[in-house]
Amino acid sequence: MGENKIRVLIAKPGLDGHDRGAKVVAQALRDAGMEVIYTGLRRTPDQIVSAAVQEDVQVIGLSSLSGAHNHLFKKVAELLQEKGHEDILLIGGGIIPEKDRKQLEDVGFDRIFSPGTSTEDIVSYIKEKVNG
Amino acid sequence: MKDKDRQEKIQENLKKWREGPFAKFQQRGWNEAFTSYREPVKEIYTPLDYSDDEYLEKAGFPGQYPFVRGVYPTMYRGRPWTMRQYAGFASAEESNRRYRYLLEQGQTGLSVAFDLPTQIGLDSDHPLADGEVGKVGVPIDSLADMEILFDQIPLDKVSTSMTINSPAAVLLAMYIALAEKQGVSADKLKGTIQNDILKEYFARGTYIFPPGPSLRLITDIFAYCSRELPNWNTISISGYHIREAGANAVQELAFTLADGIAYVKAALQAGLKVDEFAPRLSFFFNAQMNLLEEVAKFRAARRLWAKIMEEKFGAENPKSKMLRFHTQTAGASLTAQQAQNNIVRVTIQALAAVLGGTQSLHTNSYDEAWALPSEESVRIALRTQQIIASESGSTSTVDPLGGSYYVESLTDDIEKRVEEYLEKIEEMGGMVKAIEKGYVQREIQKSAYEMQKRVERQEDIVVGVNKYAQEEPSPTDLLEVDPQMEKEQIKKLKNTRAKRDEKEAQKALEQLKKTAQEDENLMPAIIDAVKAYATLGEICDVLRSIYGEYQAPTF
Repeated sequence: MGENKIRVLIAKPGLDGHDRGAKVVAQALRDAGMEVIYTGLRRTPDQIVSAAVQEDVQVIGLSSLSGAHNHLFKKVAELLQEKGHEDILLIGGGIIPEKDRKQLEDVGFDRIFSPGTSTEDIVSYIKEKVNG
Repeated sequence: MKDKDRQEKIQENLKKWREGPFAKFQQRGWNEAFTSYREPVKEIYTPLDYSDDEYLEKAGFPGQYPFVRGVYPTMYRGRPWTMRQYAGFASAEESNRRYRYLLEQGQTGLSVAFDLPTQIGLDSDHPLADGEVGKVGVPIDSLADMEILFDQIPLDKVSTSMTINSPAAVLLAMYIALAEKQGVSADKLKGTIQNDILKEYFARGTYIFPPGPSLRLITDIFAYCSRELPNWNTISISGYHIREAGANAVQELAFTLADGIAYVKAALQAGLKVDEFAPRLSFFFNAQMNLLEEVAKFRAARRLWAKIMEEKFGAENPKSKMLRFHTQTAGASLTAQQAQNNIVRVTIQALAAVLGGTQSLHTNSYDEAWALPSEESVRIALRTQQIIASESGSTSTVDPLGGSYYVESLTDDIEKRVEEYLEKIEEMGGMVKAIEKGYVQREIQKSAYEMQKRVERQEDIVVGVNKYAQEEPSPTDLLEVDPQMEKEQIKKLKNTRAKRDEKEAQKALEQLKKTAQEDENLMPAIIDAVKAYATLGEICDVLRSIYGEYQAPTF
């Protein structure tokens, strides 16, 4: 009933060029009625956080398959906290070992999705978290 | 006349079979089946789908036009394919150790994985390299790193493949300079640089310069190598990443061959003669799970390229018409769940490559949906190739699936569909235009999304993921790159800059800048610069200052 669309930023931090997953997730969220902005490749944590603030998104989804997630994901989480945007739902995915996943969830990530997750699970997770 | 009678008889009997025993059994259960490009697969293939009437024109013999049955007359009975595991991580020292380990284990060629800063022409101390140094490959900032990477590896004895695209000229220059230091002349060097920029724009992402200057760098390499490095594969035109990005088998071939056509055109435009450079063009494909379709894909690729080179570009040298290719098993097919199942997946994919007549092969390791492979997992991957080569019997005769009604019919079908794509791309003004318009990106994206949806609807089964799933402990023993490595690499880089003859380095960079503004071949100036220990980042910065950087549109 006149509910506003959930706004999501899908971002590729760092130099990683694997964007199949990011694009598939972006498309799935769009099909589920969300407003999705995809940053394209090679974004710095700074650029990602600025874009998120500027676009007034409720969700940021990061994707990395290059092994740089510990460093780059953490920076995004730190910047968000610094700027007082902990309210933004922060999620991620990619080639991320279990051990790192837990660490990232400790530094501010709401959820790191593992390979093989269905897009439906991501959609319902976001809807539940944002709409409550 | 007799043939016609025979055909009619087969037709008649097939109809009877279909309406009789087949229909009866079909009621008990019948599953739909499709190719990767979503064409229905028939219940059975017969001489109606493939007849050998045109055998000599369409297939012929291995080592002969149109090379469907293989590029060499003896194929694996002469010698097996080159077993070449793609490797590189952390530092030049660590990677050197891994290479020597692989050579000791019976690997027959090297394949260098560079880290992302190197692939994008950034030194390890560049702000954008932050957190990426040594992660997906080895960091190479200058000739000094290259010296460590190939320590105790004689360059006249191994063949080396380097996965490097935008800055391929710089890494090749380093390899040539290193060989000179080892006392090996350039004409003895054997190997490959990927050097395939077009797919970077739409499937892999490590571009630096816009298409125009990128193509100049590529054709400069073609020209230089045709004179100085006659045994070097100057490019590896790659469908691998296109498939990984979500393309189906037809799209993989179509976009790869369209890239190939664009490179040939660029070289002709630069004044080269087709038979001067075309024999050193090589290809790189993906081996996915659909065994028989993949075999047909490789066979179709050979016939298509042979025809393109002969009919479109008037090549005369048979080597110009041979599609020689490397294969890697499909990374995107590996599952994080029940990871050991990946060993089986890789075996099937590797078998497809071998039955398809590959010249070299990389088999993925089972733990790669989690991290870079460990020493144990990479050994199993190599052993998989060795088992196929020594125990399976699949190497005993050339092109063993040739003549199979199904495989031949698929070969024809894939060929036809690829030709339709190629015509469409030609109408758009060629591959560069098709990429700029976003056509290629959209085609792949659509295909990737549909594939994901089919998995989610359980129309496509992935064992351990959407069927036969089970609870399991998370894997241990994964390879980890020590974050400390980045700091050490930066220290090494600063040390190299401090130790070199600064004047000489700057002079070489100046000279490179001048050459880049003119029409002259860039290779000699780049070789001089690397010899003066100018860094990869410095050399690429000079080129950036003249050529600018590619800005990718998002689709």
